[in-house]
Amino acid sequence: MSDFLLILVSTVLVNNFVLVQFLGLCPFMGVSNKLETAMGMSLATTFVLTISSVCSYLVHQYLLVPFSLTYMKTISFILVIAVVVQFTEMVVRKTSPMLHKVLGIFLPLITTNCAVLGVALLNIKKMNSFMESIVFGFGAAVGFSMALILFSAIRERVAVADVPSPFKGAAIGMITAGLMSLAFLGFSGLVKI
Amino acid sequence: MGKVFAFHGGIHPPENKHQSTQLPIAKAPLSKVLHIPLQQHIGVAAKACVEVGDKVLKGQCIGDAQGHLSVPIHASSSGTVCAIGEHPVPHPSGMSGLCISIETDGEDRWIEHGALENFRALSELELIDYIRDRGIAGMGGAGFPTALKLQLGDKHIINTLVINAAECEPYITADDLLMRERSTQIVGGIDVLQHLIKPSHVIIGIEDNKPQAFRALKAAIKDCAYNIDVISVPTKYPSGGEKQLIQLLTNVEVPNGGIPADVGIVCQNVGTVYAIYRAVSKGESLISRIVTVTGGGVNKPQNYETLIGTPVSTLLQAAGEIQDRVSKLIIGGPMMGYSITSIEIPLVKTTNCIVAASVNEMPVADPAQACIRCGLCEQVCPAQLLPQQLHWFAKSQEYIKAQQHNLFDCIECGACSYVCPSNIPLVQYYRHAKTSIREEQQEKRKSDLARERFEAKHKREQRAIDEKAAKRKARAEQAAISQAAKKLSENNPSSPVVDDEQQLKNQLNAAKLKLQQAQDHLTKLASSHGSQVSDSALAERQVQHAKSNLAQIEKAVDDFKPQLASAIVDVKKLKIGAALANTKLNKAQQALKKAIEKSQPGVEQLQKTITMLDQEASNASKLYQKALRKNTQAETDTTEVAETKRLKIAVAIALSKLKKAQVQFANEEYSDAASATLFELTKQLEKAEQPLAALQKATAENANSATNKNSVQPPLKTRARATETASPDLKVLKTAAAIARTKLKKAQDQLQTLAPEDQHNSSAVQNLLSEIKSLEEKVRLSQASYVKAKETSDFEPSVIESASVRRTHYNKILALHTKAMAALAKAEADNSPAVTKMRISIDKLSGKLKAATAALSSDSIPTSNKDFT
Amino acid sequence: MNTIIIAVIVLFSLAIVFGLILGFSAIKFQVVGNPIVDQIDSLLPQTQCGQCGHPGCRPYAESIANGEAINKCPPGGQATIESLANLLDLEILELDGDHDDNPIKTVAYIREDECIGCTKCIQACPVDAILGAAKQMHTVIVDECTGCDLCVAPCPVDCIDMLPIATTINNWKWQAPKEHNKFQQQLIATDKSQPVEQES
Repeated sequence: MSDFLLILVSTVLVNNFVLVQFLGLCPFMGVSNKLETAMGMSLATTFVLTISSVCSYLVHQYLLVPFSLTYMKTISFILVIAVVVQFTEMVVRKTSPMLHKVLGIFLPLITTNCAVLGVALLNIKKMNSFMESIVFGFGAAVGFSMALILFSAIRERVAVADVPSPFKGAAIGMITAGLMSLAFLGFSGLVKI
Repeated sequence: MGKVFAFHGGIHPPENKHQSTQLPIAKAPLSKVLHIPLQQHIGVAAKACVEVGDKVLKGQCIGDAQGHLSVPIHASSSGTVCAIGEHPVPHPSGMSGLCISIETDGEDRWIEHGALENFRALSELELIDYIRDRGIAGMGGAGFPTALKLQLGDKHIINTLVINAAECEPYITADDLLMRERSTQIVGGIDVLQHLIKPSHVIIGIEDNKPQAFRALKAAIKDCAYNIDVISVPTKYPSGGEKQLIQLLTNVEVPNGGIPADVGIVCQNVGTVYAIYRAVSKGESLISRIVTVTGGGVNKPQNYETLIGTPVSTLLQAAGEIQDRVSKLIIGGPMMGYSITSIEIPLVKTTNCIVAASVNEMPVADPAQACIRCGLCEQVCPAQLLPQQLHWFAKSQEYIKAQQHNLFDCIECGACSYVCPSNIPLVQYYRHAKTSIREEQQEKRKSDLARERFEAKHKREQRAIDEKAAKRKARAEQAAISQAAKKLSENNPSSPVVDDEQQLKNQLNAAKLKLQQAQDHLTKLASSHGSQVSDSALAERQVQHAKSNLAQIEKAVDDFKPQLASAIVDVKKLKIGAALANTKLNKAQQALKKAIEKSQPGVEQLQKTITMLDQEASNASKLYQKALRKNTQAETDTTEVAETKRLKIAVAIALSKLKKAQVQFANEEYSDAASATLFELTKQLEKAEQPLAALQKATAENANSATNKNSVQPPLKTRARATETASPDLKVLKTAAAIARTKLKKAQDQLQTLAPEDQHNSSAVQNLLSEIKSLEEKVRLSQASYVKAKETSDFEPSVIESASVRRTHYNKILALHTKAMAALAKAEADNSPAVTKMRISIDKLSGKLKAATAALSSDSIPTSNKDFT
Repeated sequence: MNTIIIAVIVLFSLAIVFGLILGFSAIKFQVVGNPIVDQIDSLLPQTQCGQCGHPGCRPYAESIANGEAINKCPPGGQATIESLANLLDLEILELDGDHDDNPIKTVAYIREDECIGCTKCIQACPVDAILGAAKQMHTVIVDECTGCDLCVAPCPVDCIDMLPIATTINNWKWQAPKEHNKFQQQLIATDKSQPVEQES
């Protein structure tokens, strides 16, 4: 049990995929203008990350390994992720058309979110068990969501603040992201995994 | 003695109350003119119920309440209504509002009024209505109609009545002095409220900087039979805010967007309570209130009992205004009040203080600096909001987010602005944001309404279009059905083919009859001859010969004669028929073209019939020519005659078919939509011309009457009346002219766009129809003449004709035929329009026919003579 | 050779399974209509003036949902553009064409003496805000008028005016505080060269 907790803490805080490992920066910068959008994106990404992590584990364990096709893991993982993303998009379009419109291209782009593929590949690399893969995928998703929501909330406030004109817009966003990353580096050493 | 709780935040600004508490309440001087605004409270403005020039008495109702959220207004003093119009009113905008101005007469005479004998005997509703009719609205600041606040219904159960006597804002001492001097009356007002609301507990909340008022109230409530407390709360701004005071006294927080009644509490200002007392115990309407006049700009800061509508200038004069020292005039307190520019602004029910501030008291605010995010504003906010965030959102017009941060819970107390080290006018931002949001909501409501109306209109128009389309469709179906029915009826019982057959049969019968007659005649002749001739053998031979001859003749006659008779008719008929067929064909083609253009239903059918007709017409003409050829070559042989007969029948059938088709076309054309629209258009034109004509007539008449008037010069009175009646007539005429013009124009436009082709066509059609009619007439005429001719020929005994005579006769007929053929050919070459030529040829033909029959009749007599002699 | 065949078969079967799943969910989660249109439509001012080139606000909302520019609504002005941009997460554009950023709100007013009662304006009004009958004087229901000025052109006697809505005590609005301090925007030295600051 403590293993799972450690994995969770490690993925959410210490090895935060966005702010420490710098994976999945595209949606992190792209969909953090509004808090609501960021929340929607977080939910979608959490869903995709967790499901694809499980699916890719199953595909790897019960399809690629028995047929000794492990060299095909990247392509088959991409396939898994693409399917999950497509499915998510359908669900989002049905349940929240506005979110679908607002997320726009970023929704299908979850496919190319390197955090998603990264989680799937790291699962294999770390030789995680089934449960561990689930927790690892979920933890990564929570870490991503946390970073994204925090960042978008900050950006919302920064947007109405007096920012010197050369720093307005993306520049202050980058600076903010950098400062957040610095802050998250402070977690290193919290857990040894 | 209840426990005192605390509310979040709050500030301690300099109180500045002592200046105006030195002197007791004075009566303000009566102003010459009182301006009483129709709207002195939240809600709907009252409606004036007096007119300029009316005499009013003090306390008389001069403005009726409009609906629920409204209170009436009353005259503050006796006098005359001198104006009802725009006058500056106390409003932060400094704009004008509708006021009733009363020129006072100095008598200050009351209208008849009296106390409620026993308010406890009245029902709740009656008492509330009574309070409303006395014009009482909240006197603390907002001016919410008091009656509405007391009308709680069954939804709320009230356990606590809070009397707001905190008066936390600096400078203002109106309630303080009121409590000091009139505490018993205040408790009298509380009695009324207690009776109305029946709370379990009454709490008077008073700040601890008013010890005298506190003691006075304490003394006054000693005799109260119900549970009442006077609670002293620590002096802190804004403890006088309704929600803040409730929290201080009961530790209950009024929910966001709710009213105190939701948590079982009703809060009334002490001034309002006093007004209720006056209304109930003396019957006086709310026509005066206590106003504090203070500040460094007046000599004698004091509280005045002032009539509503008194201009600020009157009060300032009474308090000894030092004009040089007044830098700013403020209505209300320094925290929540607003500055005014005009001193003619009247006092209203909610005005509790006028601050004539000197420069030292209220210096010009320092320019605002950038927000340093110190968070002081958050610490003092009594509503526990985030003033800094609200500021950012209000500034960047992120109103949705500002609302998410509960902007509308802000009571605009000004504590945040007071503590702001950067001097940011925070409250002003919030007020701006609030009004902007309200405006947006208003616009949203309006646009929703507009959408609704637009969609309703759209639906209505769509419905009209659909109905029209449905009607058109139904009409088309109806026409199709009637057409089909007509066709059916034409095809079945009274078919012209049958008619023709009948005719032929009749002819045959007539021929048989003639043969019989001829035979009879022959036998008679033979018998007479037989008795005369003695030589029997010779006679017999002769008779046999005659008999054989007779048989031959009989046969020939039998075969030929009716043929001959009908041949003449048929040739004529054929000629006319062919011509007609051609005309019809042309017309049909035209109609087809038109129909295709109009894409009328049944076009295909029409086309089919036309092609059929075409074929038939060509067949008919072919057959006819064949028949002609055969006729010219015709000898007496019967086969050929039979052939001719057959052909004739065929031609007759074709002719009848053509006729049928013609009828159908005529029908088709009239049921045609194009012609219908044409009809409509002409009708419209007529209609349009009618009013124009009427108009012209009317104008002419008018002109006539005008000239008449001028020339006759009737008495002055009648002339005046006439002009009076004429002028509206003229107007009507003008309108009529405009309408007539547009209608005419429209009709013309439509005609221009739609009609030209159709018109042509229709006239052509009509021309054609008339031609056809004339043709038919000719046919009938010729037929009649033929019948006549036939009759004459029939009665001739042509039985004994010799073969040579017959031949010559036949030759004559042949000549006739050839001539007829030539005429027909001519007619055909000239097509349908060559009617006249045809007519001439037909006439000629009939003439020939007459001649031929005459010849025949003359021929038959000599032959018979020759034969037997 | 064998391994290639196995790999192909395995991946193909995987792809087919996923394809079936997606096909099924595509049917299950089929979206009917376009729900965004309603939300866009609710942001438009509903003047139905047709200045965007569409016959009414809803058609424009539909074409915005299909990707048309959001800056074609002169009656809505910059505020509408901003709210649309906010809703659809698009960039805020300048108003298309030469219109004022914040147009003055107007209502139609019929000079009743000159009205001949032709009912042309009644037919033109998209929101039925004009009252009258043939040969009778017409009048505008001010509360319902959206100020689209569609009724002005059809009037044969030109008796319709567009009057700005007067500010009364009821629709008066608190003004935003003036930012009389340049310091607030000139945070650092480089801000001074900005044209915005020179204006203020």
